[in-house]
Amino acid sequence: MELFHNLFFGFGVALSVQNLLYCFIGVLVGTLIGVLPGIGPMATIAMLLPLTYNVPPVAALIMLAGIYYGAQYGGSTTSVLVNLPGETSSVITCIDGYQMARQGRAGAALAIAAIGSFFAGTVCTLIVAMFGPPIAEMALKFGSPEYFSLMLMGLVTAAVLAQGDMLKSLAMVVLGLLLGIVGSDVDSGLNRFCFGAVELADGIGFVIIAVGVFAVGEIISNLSDPEDRRVFTSKVGSLYPTLKDLKQSIGPIIRGTALGAFFGVLPGTGPSIASFGSYVLEKKMSADPSRFGHGAIEGVAGPESANNADAQCKFIPMLTLGIPASGTMALMLGALMIHGITPGPGVMTQKPDLFWGLVASMWIGNLMLVVLNLPLVGVWVSLLKVPYRLLFPAIMVFSAIGIYSSNSVSFDVYMAALFGVLGIIWRLLGCSPVPMLLGFVLGPMIEENLRRALQVSEGDPTVFLTRPISLLFIIITVLILVVMVLPAVRKRRGDITG
Amino acid sequence: MKQEFSKNKDFWAGLMLIGIGAAAMFIARDYRFGSAVRMGPGFFPTILGGILVAFGICIVAVGLRSGEKIQERLSIRALILLPLSLVLFGVLMERAGFIPALAALVFVAAASGREFRIMEVLLLTVFLTVTSAALFIWGLGLPYPLLKGF
Repeated sequence: MELFHNLFFGFGVALSVQNLLYCFIGVLVGTLIGVLPGIGPMATIAMLLPLTYNVPPVAALIMLAGIYYGAQYGGSTTSVLVNLPGETSSVITCIDGYQMARQGRAGAALAIAAIGSFFAGTVCTLIVAMFGPPIAEMALKFGSPEYFSLMLMGLVTAAVLAQGDMLKSLAMVVLGLLLGIVGSDVDSGLNRFCFGAVELADGIGFVIIAVGVFAVGEIISNLSDPEDRRVFTSKVGSLYPTLKDLKQSIGPIIRGTALGAFFGVLPGTGPSIASFGSYVLEKKMSADPSRFGHGAIEGVAGPESANNADAQCKFIPMLTLGIPASGTMALMLGALMIHGITPGPGVMTQKPDLFWGLVASMWIGNLMLVVLNLPLVGVWVSLLKVPYRLLFPAIMVFSAIGIYSSNSVSFDVYMAALFGVLGIIWRLLGCSPVPMLLGFVLGPMIEENLRRALQVSEGDPTVFLTRPISLLFIIITVLILVVMVLPAVRKRRGDITG
Repeated sequence: MKQEFSKNKDFWAGLMLIGIGAAAMFIARDYRFGSAVRMGPGFFPTILGGILVAFGICIVAVGLRSGEKIQERLSIRALILLPLSLVLFGVLMERAGFIPALAALVFVAAASGREFRIMEVLLLTVFLTVTSAALFIWGLGLPYPLLKGF
């Protein structure tokens, strides 16, 4: 069995002492920031990216991935215990999770959330392992026209399904593409949009934009809109769910996992759309829907499985095609590039240790989270008492040192300050910066593939329509645009923040 | 019909996009455009700039019709002080060394919050400066001088 052989190989990589350590650090940091509101996985990953320069790429990716799915776990803990969603994806868990906590069943809610997440994580590890190789194999046959159309599809879908104004999201993608091509042109060597700054010849650093917009910008935004953080800690109660709880949860967990895996591979749909969908589904399927909102365990089991499944399956397009399906995945792609790895279907054949090690580490990480989260619940909740005014200067310290250490030039820090201001302006104007980041990552690749495709076709733009696979991507893109323009569908749009 | 522009969200968003798009097209005039067969360095940015302007115009039009207002609050204090703390960090890293740069960063950043308790901020500054020096300079071995001679 090829699959088991590969997974076995992956576990071999992931179980090395170094990788286990980084996996542990990742899920620990992830849980921490998941618990703390006001700092999300995007800002954290952006902030910690530069610190992974000297770490081997496998370990770096394992750690960053750990932060990502760890944050989902952490977010649900505070949802249940203090009715405070640490992350947007666990907003829905507050509804029934917190009610369960008030009835003294917080322990059961947390345990079911952990079991559901672990189940979803296990299934999705298998899904990634099963579907990754065939997708990558297929993509290896793609030429430039297919690649261009694929990236176009990815960007348009992500922008259209994302939260907020569709027109603005599409415009932000274009803006991101423009920012992405700043620097010397690969073809002619000409320095574009550099305004005479030699520091820009290599392009705007990924870390600079990521930290500027998502760490600095987010802090300004948080300081502008302060919310009172009142912490009501309720008793955790018994951590063991009753047999009845388990019985009631099996269905929701399986359905939530399936739903999350489906939404996971779609670009643009964040984990919150999966968890929300699962909640609605469970309520519809329930024999007694009135229980929902009053501590129905299904309302915790389903959404928590769904958001974890979604988070893991987002790795499929990122690892096999080099297409980021969410902002966090754009950061992961950035991490790959920083380590000199060209994202795309080649990763699996050229860097099998990276692919399989990462896949295996996700399962190990999920296991660590179950072991880590349940007994340490009290510790995590006490962290909520750390006031934000002490927290954000620390984030600034990490951000500044992180940016500065990548090139040891102050110019980079000034650029990050600039992007912090731009980020807050964009937010004020309702222009989500996440689509911008997706465009930014793909900018140079899109230009390169467009250039090659047109070269081969001798300038004939119909090349994108005459090659069947490319045509398929274009048709899907157009279909999605058409469907989303219909107002009825527009109302149900989720978000991309995951 | 009289419109109030000063807080019209989409109007300003569109205007910003038009501005950036037009600027990109203008700057890209100096780059060889080439042809579809042989795209020059100016080809892609000019097209992107054009698309951005087109989006901008649509968004302005939406804004004029809907008139949706900017609702998010913005702390001017944070908007100025937080980026300033980074700039200070950059300048001091070059001129004065790691410790002064970090101290300035933490102090100014902390001052951008709503609550400013001087003793607490001073303690935080000392604490974060010392731990970062320990972590980054001694721990990770970053090659920055703690203090530069004047």
